[in-house]
Amino acid sequence: MTVESGTTEVSQQPTRAEQRNGFDEIHILWISEGMSCDGDTVSMTASGQPAIEDIVAGLVPGLPKVNLYNKVLSPSLGGEDFLAPFRAAARGELAPFILVIEGSIPNQNIIEGDGYWTSFGNDQDTGEPLTLNWWIDQLAPKAWAVVAAGTCATYGGIHAMAGNPTGCMGLADYLGWDFKSQGALPIVNVPGCPIQPENFMETLTWVLYHAAGSAPPPPLDHMLRPQWLFGKTVHEGCDRAAYYEQADFAKDYNSPKCQVKVGCWGPVVNCNVPKRGWMAGIGGCPNVGGICIGCTMPGFPDAFMPFMDEPTGGTLSSAVIRPYGAVIRRLRGITNMAVNREPKWRHNKDKLTSGYDPYWRPDGRRRQRERAR
Amino acid sequence: MTATEARAAARKPAQIVDMSWDPITRIIGNLGIYTKIDFANREVVECHSTSSLFRGYSVFMKGKDPRDAGFITSRICGICGDNHTTCSNYAQQMAYGVKPPRLAETIVNLGEAAEYMFDHTIFQDNLVFVDFCEAMVKATNPSVMARAERTEARNGYIHGYRTIADIMRAFNPFEGELYKEALKVSRITREMFCLMEGRHVHPSTLYPGGVGTMPEPTTFTDYLSRLLRVLDFIKQAVSMNDDVFDFFYEALPGYEEVGRRRILLGCWGAWQNPDVVDYRYETMSDWGKAMFVTPGIIVDGSLVTNDLVDINLGMRIMLGSSYYEDWVNEEPFVTHDPLGNAVDMRHPWNQTTVPVPQKRNFEGNYSWVMSPRWYDKNSAQHLALDTGGGPLARLWSTALNGLVDTPYVKATGHSVRISLPKSDKMPEMTFEWKIPQWSNTIERDRARPYFVAYSAAMAFFFLERAMDQVRSGDTKIFENYEVPDEAIGCGFHEAVRGVLSHHLVIKDKKIANYHPYPPTPWNASPRDHYGTPGPYEDAVQGQPIFEENGPEDFKGVDIMRTVRSFDPCLPCGVHMYLGKGNTLTKLHSPMFGAAHG
Repeated sequence: MTVESGTTEVSQQPTRAEQRNGFDEIHILWISEGMSCDGDTVSMTASGQPAIEDIVAGLVPGLPKVNLYNKVLSPSLGGEDFLAPFRAAARGELAPFILVIEGSIPNQNIIEGDGYWTSFGNDQDTGEPLTLNWWIDQLAPKAWAVVAAGTCATYGGIHAMAGNPTGCMGLADYLGWDFKSQGALPIVNVPGCPIQPENFMETLTWVLYHAAGSAPPPPLDHMLRPQWLFGKTVHEGCDRAAYYEQADFAKDYNSPKCQVKVGCWGPVVNCNVPKRGWMAGIGGCPNVGGICIGCTMPGFPDAFMPFMDEPTGGTLSSAVIRPYGAVIRRLRGITNMAVNREPKWRHNKDKLTSGYDPYWRPDGRRRQRERAR
Repeated sequence: MTATEARAAARKPAQIVDMSWDPITRIIGNLGIYTKIDFANREVVECHSTSSLFRGYSVFMKGKDPRDAGFITSRICGICGDNHTTCSNYAQQMAYGVKPPRLAETIVNLGEAAEYMFDHTIFQDNLVFVDFCEAMVKATNPSVMARAERTEARNGYIHGYRTIADIMRAFNPFEGELYKEALKVSRITREMFCLMEGRHVHPSTLYPGGVGTMPEPTTFTDYLSRLLRVLDFIKQAVSMNDDVFDFFYEALPGYEEVGRRRILLGCWGAWQNPDVVDYRYETMSDWGKAMFVTPGIIVDGSLVTNDLVDINLGMRIMLGSSYYEDWVNEEPFVTHDPLGNAVDMRHPWNQTTVPVPQKRNFEGNYSWVMSPRWYDKNSAQHLALDTGGGPLARLWSTALNGLVDTPYVKATGHSVRISLPKSDKMPEMTFEWKIPQWSNTIERDRARPYFVAYSAAMAFFFLERAMDQVRSGDTKIFENYEVPDEAIGCGFHEAVRGVLSHHLVIKDKKIANYHPYPPTPWNASPRDHYGTPGPYEDAVQGQPIFEENGPEDFKGVDIMRTVRSFDPCLPCGVHMYLGKGNTLTKLHSPMFGAAHG
């Protein structure tokens, strides 16, 4: 901001307190052709904190100019027009870029012959479909950062469950867990089936601040998740967790109480949704009556099925807490009754019994004088 | 052949160019459209639609606990996952013999109403309308754009835009006022959804047997207050869309031929009536007709049936030109339905999915999508029904049936009247959607904002019921049950873009067979073994080209408008690509102006 003689020149570009010494402009190449439902893209558009249009319009100070290439949101008609930046990046003519992968990565090695499980555009020479795997092989080594959006891309997800025909896996399983991008970053995993909208946009924004050179890389845990989002369990942020502590369990889904016995995995699942809500603080899972099925977890879904039964281990832990919870609940019940009572001086009788001394009244003054003596 | 007949015209010597778009943007999933265009006669002579994605739900669902089906099948679609969960629960409730409490049904209805409002809004205003926005029309039909500048918008007094061009500018992606407003509205309606179903896209509070959503007065007040906030936008959207679409008919005479098909529409019905539905197959004909969107199959303008039993028994899944092996020699899972009717080997109950990845060959197999058809006993034809992108078939069927009669929505036999209460800027308004002359691109798109209004109106109706029940203390939302050793079930619902069914067979308390049939396989199907093209192929094939660009800088906007009018969503089923055909005279990759690249 330029300030001269106390006036502000509004036409000037505002500057930031911190120095920026990263990129001024960056491309986001988003491929959703994995084994996925595109639900992560759709979910991302639900975020208002921040909103994708605010990032694309350059409203967030300190971020590089962002050029987003995402099939669902692309204003192009499709085909070669849409593919052009992806082809340029594959040739090494578009940099720097963040590669976002959505969907799990199928195993092409198990296919006999010329088939494919999923493709993204065609080979310009042969006219044959180009596989997702081909694109990842071309783009990942050239990407400044690689972001996996959703549980399919991070760990395999639903499509990688037992009995699946495609042999699919997460991006780190495909590229290797020690993969480092051109920007020296590991893969940034944002799990969730789908991604919680704000969790994803916030992580992407942090990566963009880092690209601008104004923030360190986002802190990730051993499963490459953002620590501040996945460091706690569902249970630790759940509205119903107090019922667990009091061993007060729902017997079916009519109950507002703790759902552990009807299939909730909240105590052991890394996710912040009950605390954050699903979008703009609204919705969620166990806090609003949905059991936690562990959809952010590397073991999802197999480790959590069948979803509507009590989790393994849940019988033991809920039995252990039962005597403690029963006592606590009873004691709290007694105290609760006490604090639900009003003090006896709140009445409509002709005498003030609150303990206050009305000294301006004749009898009050008299008492005051007596006290003075 | 059930395909639409070719349009006769005085023909010039053909100048045919192969053109393709793969992947298609502004849709969900992997779709490719491969065409041959005759530039001398300005029409599309051939079209193939292909999907390049296989995921295998019906394969990996086998052997799983049937109660998990709703949680898993939600993941089929990243935009209407809840429609799958709901449909799965309908099928499971039939199999388990359980009827959820009335309030649970109403909560599901409110969630689905919010879903329709959200999904149609984001799709129409942020994805479809980009094809009608100023930037696109300028790049494809500059003369139409010039005329739009001079044309006053008839409904300007409602939506506030003076000319058609002003409306088109407001839809420019990421910049236009309405484009941005639509994104915001799609967030408010998603919040309404989350109040009922916990999370969007994949709901957390829907169970077979009911819901887990806590039915507090707050739950419904929070929904109501948001519904009131989006009413102005909805009223304006209907009027704006009408203005632009009417303008296209006027500005480009003959535009009704774009995407026109023979009228072959299917609708499976939406929103159960909690007072009637009991989920028994034996009574399905009755409770199907009591739904608040009436099911129906419409052929050449006549209602063939509105009976879910007939609809169910007529379903046939053909391999067509898809990458699968046949299952006709397997043991059938279900030989007769619970009423004793014979069930065909090609019915979803009996299907076995065996994927065979292979090379794409437009003379042979070229898609991961199979070819669902509906067998019409009367004509002995396998009809390639389409869904009209959802709303067209839903409104058409409901209008013709004349059964829906609520204070807010009324079907008349030839139209649907939708009344919306007073809102911030606008008075109470009644919109009337009348059965159109054609099943074409414009009418598919036009029906969409009307169905948003329909959903908002029904949401008021459902809210009043829910609040009455909660205030009277009736707050039960879940009914318990046992999973039987052996059972079958089917669920019929409307995903946002059209017909949705789930077919389930249980053996030893496990899933023995499970086949979901979402709308996109119906719409995006390739040629079946009779050679009948799928609806996208049929709608595009033979359509005239109005774009002013020649083969050199052709963008294909008329073709893309047609494909998008169906609301393609291919996680549940296509790609346009520039191929190397045999009559190829020129190769070209369609490009859109760099200004919005």
